Amino acid sequence: MNKTRLAMLLFVASEAVFFIVLILAYVLYHATSPSAADASRYLDIPKTAVFTACLLLSSFTMRQAAVFLRTGRRKPALAWLLATVALGAVFLAGQGAEYVSLIGKGMTVSRDLFGTTFFTLTGFHGLHVFIGLIMLGTLFGLELKGGAACPAEAVECVSIYWHFVDAVWMIIFPLVYLWVLR
Amino acid sequence: MNNSEINASKEPGSILEVGEYKGLLSWLSSVDHKQIGIMYFTTSLIFFLAGASLAMVMRTQLIKPNHHWLSPETYNQIFTMHGTTMIFLAIMPMLTAFMVYFTPLMIGARDVSFPRMNALSYWLYLMGGLLIYFSFFTGDTLHMGWSAYPPLTSVNYSMDLYFVGTGVDYWIVGLLLTGAGTIMTAINILVTVADLRVPDMKLARLPLFVWMSSINAILMLLALPALNAALVMLFLDRHLNALFFNPAAGGNPLLWEHSFWFFGHPEVYILILPGFGIVSEVIPVFSRKVIFGYSFMAVATVAIGFLSFGVWAHHMLATGMSFSIYYVFAFSTALIAVPTGIKVFNWIATMWGGSISFDTAMLFCVAFILQFTIGGLSGVAFATVPIDWDLTQSYFVVAHFHYTLLGGTLFTVMAGFYYWYPKITGRMLSEKLGKIQFWLMVIGFNGAFFILHFAGLAGMTRRVYTYPDLPHLATINLISSLFAYVLGLGILIFFANLVISLFKGKPAGDNPWGGWTLEWATSSPPPPHNFDRIPPVRSIRPLWDLERSQMAPGAAAPPSRGGESS
Ligand code: HEM
Repeated sequence: MNKTRLAMLLFVASEAVFFIVLILAYVLYHATSPSAADASRYLDIPKTAVFTACLLLSSFTMRQAAVFLRTGRRKPALAWLLATVALGAVFLAGQGAEYVSLIGKGMTVSRDLFGTTFFTLTGFHGLHVFIGLIMLGTLFGLELKGGAACPAEAVECVSIYWHFVDAVWMIIFPLVYLWVLR
Repeated sequence: MNNSEINASKEPGSILEVGEYKGLLSWLSSVDHKQIGIMYFTTSLIFFLAGASLAMVMRTQLIKPNHHWLSPETYNQIFTMHGTTMIFLAIMPMLTAFMVYFTPLMIGARDVSFPRMNALSYWLYLMGGLLIYFSFFTGDTLHMGWSAYPPLTSVNYSMDLYFVGTGVDYWIVGLLLTGAGTIMTAINILVTVADLRVPDMKLARLPLFVWMSSINAILMLLALPALNAALVMLFLDRHLNALFFNPAAGGNPLLWEHSFWFFGHPEVYILILPGFGIVSEVIPVFSRKVIFGYSFMAVATVAIGFLSFGVWAHHMLATGMSFSIYYVFAFSTALIAVPTGIKVFNWIATMWGGSISFDTAMLFCVAFILQFTIGGLSGVAFATVPIDWDLTQSYFVVAHFHYTLLGGTLFTVMAGFYYWYPKITGRMLSEKLGKIQFWLMVIGFNGAFFILHFAGLAGMTRRVYTYPDLPHLATINLISSLFAYVLGLGILIFFANLVISLFKGKPAGDNPWGGWTLEWATSSPPPPHNFDRIPPVRSIRPLWDLERSQMAPGAAAPPSRGGESS
């Protein structure tokens, strides 16, 4: 196996444990603290569902970009990369809007256990999306410059990371947004 | 001038003469795994000296009952710093040093897979360590014990008392930095072993040290993020008033304990597995026999790795969990003794009937086996829940984990130093000082710590700055402290030996011990590119094969593994 790819997979495994602990903290307090259960009043479920779809879609566009880069077709690859960045940015903006509205309604990290666990979990996920966007932007820049500037492993690594970040959200979304519907 | 002439004709005989390693800049900017390994060694040894000095201060405070030399606050800081230093800044990086230095050499590689990331790991470790120590200068360092349980670490608690606990923040950030470095090292080692082995080194020919380092890397990779998550939660609690561990708002300090020990128990195996690896290299060489049960050793390591993630709650048996949970953790804890026991038997079987030469490295291994077994037995005793209820938080625990960490890991590290120092520096450590050090350490260590089991049974509580004059306690502690000074003297002699031998030691030659693994096939110290020529690898002992084939050309038969060979 390619060494950079293996390194990225190992890194992702390590990150997974990090998120598992944060997720378990969320689950623990959601199940044991009564206040966490009325959280549904605060969350904007339909809007976030749309942003979630964006993130899901970005995994697909990332895949397309990687395929085209591998076969050396720069133009379509650049377009797909741009789409990935845009979708990721939309998701992040959506999360920002959600934060603003939550804080407007008085829901903060220090208000109750829901606030604490929600902001920590989604905040760290958002940070990972943000870092992913930086990596994607770098790829895009390198690819734009052309030539052999952008090694194939780099593309593969970024896409592994990006799929991971998406996958984490696909666990967080049902857990945080759909569990409250019960 | 003279030197360069010699250099031109001959390989340098000492690390001090290697041209590429001259000048401060060559170290600061280095990405060579050997230089980084040496920097890890040096830094961790300095932290170790600091941790050991703190221990001597503690033992002096405990020398007699109702002793008021140190205030309770000072004592709290000292034992917390001692624990934190020893675990995160001394022993773990010292083992990392062995991993970083020897893994590439033992698999015949030029360097690790990601040399620059390797350098970054080191610098993160150094900076994190300095940050933790910097908290001393803020006038208030750590008070909470190395396991940092909330609410002791929550802002409210530290504010309500006589101090503002910023030390905890330094601790958190420092550990996050060193932790990030450790995760990078783990990735680096795993990829190196997967990717850079010489072509004919199959997994079944991997030296056991490399096997155990790799499993160790997996543990680091999967355990440290749990600590990082816990640290992050604690940091948010302290700075953004998050409520994770705040019982008043429904938060639960047990969440910290679970996350911390989910990291913490694999951590204690992280602190011993490379040590097992060192012993598994040293014992065969000094017994002139192939290791007994090579594949069992490898498999037992994997088993330990797996099980270590399933035993964490045995650190929390006193927190009142349900009985089914007790059963599970008591059982898994007893179970983990099995693969560990297998190893002990294999080492003994390797020595059995061998022609053993008791050089210092070997002496440390033998003492390690005995002491670690004692530590393991008192550990299994804890798996019995009622025993744990009685003894947890007593000096019995202190005795137990010093038997595994000091009598265990530190002794393996010493063996590693005596075995590999010639390879690293090109000079032998003095055997005479080594023997003196060994006996001082064995006598001092057992004298200081065996008796502490009884202090625990007599009811002496750990983490308390002094103790009442109950029957026996005064005698026990006096004895323990005096022997601790003997141990301290042994450690000082070790440091003296390291320095003196660097300048005055006998030149080592390529292979002073008749070792069989690839690192002995190159010069001592190895050239910056590691190998000029790598011998073929047809078994776990390539150099032994080479020797055979040279003695009887054409008659080289690979030795049958597990059988008699010398
Ligand atoms: C140099 C000889 C050493 C001596 C004399 C020594 C002595 C002690 C003593 C007396 C305590 C108990 C403090 C208390 O509970 O009040 C202690 C705690 C501890 N020691 Fe050592 N120690 C030594 C070396 C080591 C080493 C090599 C390690 C290895 C990792 C280590 C790890 C620890 C830890 C983790 C604690 C617990 C700190 C806490 O309670 O937070 N020690 N030591």
